[in-house]
Amino acid sequence: MTNFIDYTLNGISTGAIYAAVALALVLIWRATRIINFAQGAMLMITTYIASAVISATGSYIFGFVVALVSGLLIGAVVERVIIRPIENAPPLNAVIVALGLYSLLIAVAGMIWGATPRSFPSAFSIRGYDIGGTRVLFAPNDTFIVLVVVAVALGLAALFRGTAIGLQMRAAAFKPEIARLQGVRVSRLFTLGWALAALCGAIAGMLVAPSVFLGPNNFDPILISGFVAAVLGGLDSPPGAVIGGLLLGLVLSYVSGYEGSALVPLAALIVLVLVLMIRPTGLFPAAAERRV
Amino acid sequence: MSGRTTALRESTLARALALVALAGLVIVIVSGRLSAYDNLELGYGAYYFAALAGLTILIGLSGQVSLGHGALMAVGAYTATLLIANEGWAELPAIVAAVVVTAAVGFPVGAAASRLSGPYLAGATLAFAVGLPALADKFPTLLGGENGLIINPPATPSFLGANFSPERWEAWIACIGALVVLFVLFNLKRSGVGRSMRAVRDDEIAAALCGLPVARTKTLAFVISAGCAGLGGGLLALVLQLAAPGAFEFQLSLDLLTGVVLGGLGSLTGALWGAGLLVLLPGWAGDLGHSLSLSSNVQDNLPLAIYGVVLIVAMLVWPTGIQGAVSRLISLVPTNRRRRG
Repeated sequence: MTNFIDYTLNGISTGAIYAAVALALVLIWRATRIINFAQGAMLMITTYIASAVISATGSYIFGFVVALVSGLLIGAVVERVIIRPIENAPPLNAVIVALGLYSLLIAVAGMIWGATPRSFPSAFSIRGYDIGGTRVLFAPNDTFIVLVVVAVALGLAALFRGTAIGLQMRAAAFKPEIARLQGVRVSRLFTLGWALAALCGAIAGMLVAPSVFLGPNNFDPILISGFVAAVLGGLDSPPGAVIGGLLLGLVLSYVSGYEGSALVPLAALIVLVLVLMIRPTGLFPAAAERRV
Repeated sequence: MSGRTTALRESTLARALALVALAGLVIVIVSGRLSAYDNLELGYGAYYFAALAGLTILIGLSGQVSLGHGALMAVGAYTATLLIANEGWAELPAIVAAVVVTAAVGFPVGAAASRLSGPYLAGATLAFAVGLPALADKFPTLLGGENGLIINPPATPSFLGANFSPERWEAWIACIGALVVLFVLFNLKRSGVGRSMRAVRDDEIAAALCGLPVARTKTLAFVISAGCAGLGGGLLALVLQLAAPGAFEFQLSLDLLTGVVLGGLGSLTGALWGAGLLVLLPGWAGDLGHSLSLSSNVQDNLPLAIYGVVLIVAMLVWPTGIQGAVSRLISLVPTNRRRRG
C-alpha cells in the first residue's frame, strides 16, 4: 500500500512534467498543425544553457530565467527560419524538417558539451517528506514541479481566454485565412506560438533534468511521453494536454514501479496505440474538427 | 526499333530481370576487385539498400511515414540470429523467417497506421522505435541484454574455391538479398498494386470512391516495407554476426529516413544513393575531422550534424533529392530518341 501511494505521488510529479511537454506540443500543433519532433532537443539545448549559467553564476533562479528567455528565442528563430518556408507543404515535410532539426541540435550539443551526461541541480530538496514516521516518495522539489506546471497552465489559460492577443491566437489557429482578412497578423502569432511552446519546453527541461541527468539524448523519452500525453488530450486542447500528462504520468509510474523502468517507453507506446485505436481524436477532442 | 527491344521495354518483368541480372554481374565483377574491408562496406550498403528501398516505397508510394524502421530491422536481425544461434538453422531459411516475422510484426503496426494521418503515424512509429530496444534488457537470457547475440560467420561454399574471402561471400549474400528487394519492388511500383498505393496517397477519398480498399492498401504497403526492413536486419546480422540493442537505437531509424530523403522519396535508384551515403559518410566525416584536426567531440557528431542539415535543406530547397537532380540533368540532355507520352 505504501508502494502504491509512493507510485501515485511520483506519477503526479512526473505527470506534471509530461504535461508541460505536452503543452509545448499542443501550442505548436494549434498554431501551425505541426508535431514538433525537435521539442526534446530544443529543451535539451535550453537546459544546457541554463546549466552553464548556473555553474558560472551559482544562481539557480538566474539560470531558470536564462533558460526561459533562450527558449523563447529558439522557438521564434526556428519558426521564422525553417518552419515558415514549409508552412503550406505536405505534413510529411514538416515531420522530416523537425527530425532534421532534432539531429542537428543533438549533434551540436554533443560537439559543445560531449556525450557524457552530467548532473543538474534541483531547485529544492529531493528528500521525500516525512509523514507519520515514513518517508514518502514526494519531495519539496516535487511540490515545486507541480506548482510551476500549474502556474504555466493557468498562465496560458489566462492568455488564451483573457487577452486580446490570446483571442487573436485562437482565431489564427482556427481559421488562418479569415483571421488574416480581419486584420490579425497571423504569421506573427504563429511565431509567438512557437516561442511560447519552446518556453514551456524550457520549463519542462529545467524540471526534469535533475532526475534524468543532462545529456544530448537524455530527453528523448520525455518527448515520447509528452507526445503520448498530447495525443491523449486530443492534441488541440491545452487542458486536455495537462490531464493527459497527469494520466500518463500515473500509468507510467505504476508500470515503472511494478514492472521495472525499462518497460516505460514500451508502455507509453501501448497507451498511445490503444488511445489511437479506440479514440483517434484523443480523450478530449476539440469541438470543431478542422480538416487539413 | 526492332520488335524484341520493344517487348523488353514494355514488359516490366523482363526489365526487372534484366536490371537484376546486370546489377548481379556488376557486383560479381566489382566484389572480386575490392579489398576485404571494401567488401564489408559493400555488405553494409546492401543491407541498408534493402531497408531503404522498403522505406522509400512506403513513404514515396503510399505516403505513410515510418520512424520505426530501425526497430523493424532489429526484429529481423534478432529473429535471424536467434534461429541460427539457438536453433541451428541454415542462413537462407533463417533470413526468410526474419522477413516473415518482421512482416508479421509490421501487420498490426500497419493496421494501426492505416487509421492514422501523417504526424500521428510518425509519433506512433517513433514510440515503437524508442520502446522496442528495451525488450532486449527485459529478457536478457533470451535476447542477450546489452551485449546482444553473436553468431558464427556464414561458411563460404567450397565450390567457390579456397581463396574466396569470407567478407566477399558475406557481401554476396547481402547483395543477393538486396537484388531480391530490387526485383520485387521494381515490379510492385509498376503494378496495379503500386498504382493503387499512389492513388491512396494522393487522395484517399477519391481512391475510396473508385472502389479501392484504402485501409488494406495502406496496410499492405506497410507490411511489404516491414518485410524489406526485416530482410535488411537479417542481412545485417549475417554481415556483422551480431544483433545488439546498441545497433538499433532511434538513431538508426533517423539514418534510414535521411537516406531515403536524400536519395529522393519513392525512387529505388534514390535508395541506392542513400545506402551509399549511409555507408560512406561516417568515414568521410572522420577523414574531414582528422584533416581539420577537430576535437573528438566534434568529429563524433559530424555525421549527425550533416544528416540534420541534409534533412532540413533537402525539404526546404531540394525536395526530390539526388535522384531528382539526376533525372533533371538527364532530361536536359537533348535526345530525339526518347519516347513521348
